[in-house]
Amino acid sequence: MKQWFNVQVIYALWLREMKRYVRARSRIFGSLGMPFFFLLFLGTGFKNFRPESLPSHIDYLNFLAPGMLAVVLQFGSMFTGMAILWDRQFGFLKEIMVAPVSRVAIVLGRTLGGMTTALMQGFLFIAVAFFAGLKFSGFAGFLLTPLFMIFIAGSFVNLGLAIASMMRDMQGFSIVMNFIMVPLLLLSGAMVPIDQFPVWVQWLSYINPLFYGVDGLRYSLIGMSKFPPLIDAAVLFLFCAGMVGLGAFLFSRSDVD
Amino acid sequence: MHAITTTSLTKRFESLTAVDRVSFEVMQGEIFGLLGPNGAGKTTIIKMLSTLMAPTDGDAAVWGFSIASARDDVRRSIGIVFQDPAVDDSLTGWENLDFHARMYGMKKDLRAARISEVLALVGLEDKAGLLLKKYSGGMKRRLEIARGLMHYPRVLFLDEPTLGLDPQTRHHIWEYIKMLNQKEQVTVILTTHYMEEADSLCSRIGIIDHGKILVIDTPEALKNAMGNDILTIKAADLDSLMTQLAAETWVQEVQRYGDHLLVSARLGEEKIPVAVEIARRIGTVIQAISMRKPTLEDVFLHYTGKTIRDEEDAEGEVPRGRMRKRGGPH
Repeated sequence: MKQWFNVQVIYALWLREMKRYVRARSRIFGSLGMPFFFLLFLGTGFKNFRPESLPSHIDYLNFLAPGMLAVVLQFGSMFTGMAILWDRQFGFLKEIMVAPVSRVAIVLGRTLGGMTTALMQGFLFIAVAFFAGLKFSGFAGFLLTPLFMIFIAGSFVNLGLAIASMMRDMQGFSIVMNFIMVPLLLLSGAMVPIDQFPVWVQWLSYINPLFYGVDGLRYSLIGMSKFPPLIDAAVLFLFCAGMVGLGAFLFSRSDVD
Repeated sequence: MHAITTTSLTKRFESLTAVDRVSFEVMQGEIFGLLGPNGAGKTTIIKMLSTLMAPTDGDAAVWGFSIASARDDVRRSIGIVFQDPAVDDSLTGWENLDFHARMYGMKKDLRAARISEVLALVGLEDKAGLLLKKYSGGMKRRLEIARGLMHYPRVLFLDEPTLGLDPQTRHHIWEYIKMLNQKEQVTVILTTHYMEEADSLCSRIGIIDHGKILVIDTPEALKNAMGNDILTIKAADLDSLMTQLAAETWVQEVQRYGDHLLVSARLGEEKIPVAVEIARRIGTVIQAISMRKPTLEDVFLHYTGKTIRDEEDAEGEVPRGRMRKRGGPH
């Protein structure tokens, strides 16, 4: 009987991901670049930007930082999908697929590897944001941060996995991912409080799972949120679970080459 | 028990039948070669036998396990070296092997011991700590062969093991394959479109063309079955010379091929003056004539009516560089 939860296999795949990550410095800094510059230029450039819904004690940089953290996680997670296509193109996927292990274990190993790198990017970003002027609202809230980070990473790693399982070429993958990621990002309230939007756009935000991630992170980091954190966490958890299922299903059905 | 048995193994892609009711056996301990041009269906057979692709029809058993119903047992019994490199360039040689060993559930002590063992087998001990992107093509190939052996497989698949390697490296790889077949007592099944490779390496060869296996035998038996020496004759008027030669009793077979005739006959060296005399009699000029013993190339020509190079030109396929992008059925 096949062990679908094979710890050694999951660990082997995770370890490989870690080694690749620490050896690809361009990836570490490259994926931090965009959100960092957003934080720097938007945060300082719009210092005096005061949407009505923003409480007076929170400046724009502090409002923006949790949103940018979500972006780091979102785009960092996307790399897993890229890595699958990369492996397929360079043949390594065959080496993985011909081993006598269940595809569920392979999906789990990849997911954990992808999530770990995304989370490391996220914590790196928090450190950068802290030096740029991010003020944490409190210790208790801060403890919630990793929870939301894990849900966001888990969701988007598996979304990437799902899409990569259906795609063959990397250009196509980037286009599809951007087509999905950018609207999610713009509607997430990461850069502008959604109260600034017309009502129908606000409703689009409410069906955007990333909105709940940003809202939850904002609660955890700066103590401000639209919804209670429990609701944010619940919605995000459901989305994450759905994506894990979808990713595992599509990946295990996908061809080797 | 045979190492591999296939029964009417068939693979169809939409309009193309890549593998057409192929049945053969591979004995335990032998080096079996599938010889054929690109696109003949060799890689598709390997993919089906290694469980990476499901057959459309028919079945096969690898080390007694069905490729349809006992996939994991098949996977545990085989090692495989793919046609295109399948290594992780950002890991070292040692790490690539360690990854493989973990995927196959090997315990820590055994892993370390076996990695040193297989690295020594292919002469890469001192390159173990080097990233794969620093390896040459031949070194990568050797590492992949070592990796294929890591988990003590019974059957080792080698899909075009020397494609894209220079002649010297190719000969080295042949030596390694022969040696590990002995030392590790592993049955080897390889695909190739190089005649010399099949000839020097394989204990038995199956000639495959358009998805069908045409003949299976030892290289010696295949060549001996041709029986005769082969005269290659270039002349001004090939057609009349061909008609004339075909009527001679000593001529076993005459084939026109391009700008020359291939004539098979016993005691070929004595027939050279005879052929020259015939040409003189019908008034044509022989430009060149030579005699040789039959090679696998002649065997291939005999069974398929074409040389392997012809077929590849006709299919518009040239042997691809190892780093080229791949895809689609081979």
